[in-house]
Amino acid sequence: MTDLTILRLLGPGEPELGCDECFDALDHFVELELAGADADEAFPGMRAHLAGCSACAEEHESLRALLELDHVETR
Amino acid sequence: MQVLIEDTWVRELRAGEPEAVARLHGLLLRAARFEVARRGQTLPELRGDELDDLAQEAAADAAVSVLRRLDDFRGESRFTTWAYKFALLEASAKVRRRAWRGRELPLEPESWAQFESPSPTPGARAERAALLAEIRRGIDSALTPRQRLVLVALALNGVPIDVLAERLDTNRNALYKTLHDARRKLRTYLDEKGFAE
Repeated sequence: MTDLTILRLLGPGEPELGCDECFDALDHFVELELAGADADEAFPGMRAHLAGCSACAEEHESLRALLELDHVETR
Repeated sequence: MQVLIEDTWVRELRAGEPEAVARLHGLLLRAARFEVARRGQTLPELRGDELDDLAQEAAADAAVSVLRRLDDFRGESRFTTWAYKFALLEASAKVRRRAWRGRELPLEPESWAQFESPSPTPGARAERAALLAEIRRGIDSALTPRQRLVLVALALNGVPIDVLAERLDTNRNALYKTLHDARRKLRTYLDEKGFAE
């Protein structure tokens, strides 16, 4: 029954960070993700927030993409 | 080696050294341009130089935020990663606000028919339609007027959170808290009506 409309209306339905907490953790979270470490264990509630907040999710995607580009350019 | 270089840079920024600040601005401008390029398709009416103006403004605002919050940087990530996020936040918020500039915000539910999606089976379609109908009743009866307005604008009508925050003279964090409370109330309402997860 989960689809995008329902997710937007009801949210992730599990404990999640707020936008400010998400922003504070974002740099460390993304670096852990790109290093293959367990970012979700380090920051409980972050993934749920990214599922529930499209603006924070976009910035998470952008930071990941920018760091990946940096990695390619400095290789 | 990288950590040592970044430590020096942060120390120079704290001391307000112009070269270090200029280097920071260059880094932030790169990130802001990257973000504006990613989101620029939502602003087809803007020319290239106007998009670049937006990136320049975002980089300048991000530089102010980074310099103001330098003491918050504790070295848990690279300094460049920490600084990037300020530029991405500023640039993405500016793009969203620009895309909605002058537009009336839809604060009432648009036609619910648009949320009907072709489910694989008639049973699944009926189940989803029943859930949506109950959600609609829950929005009308279980939420405060403020929660209803925020949920409808953000979740149903696709208004970006930064845009709504600006129009309601609040901030993203406070608005998300309202959205979160509204969603929790709706879930409780659905649970009471017998809609299991």
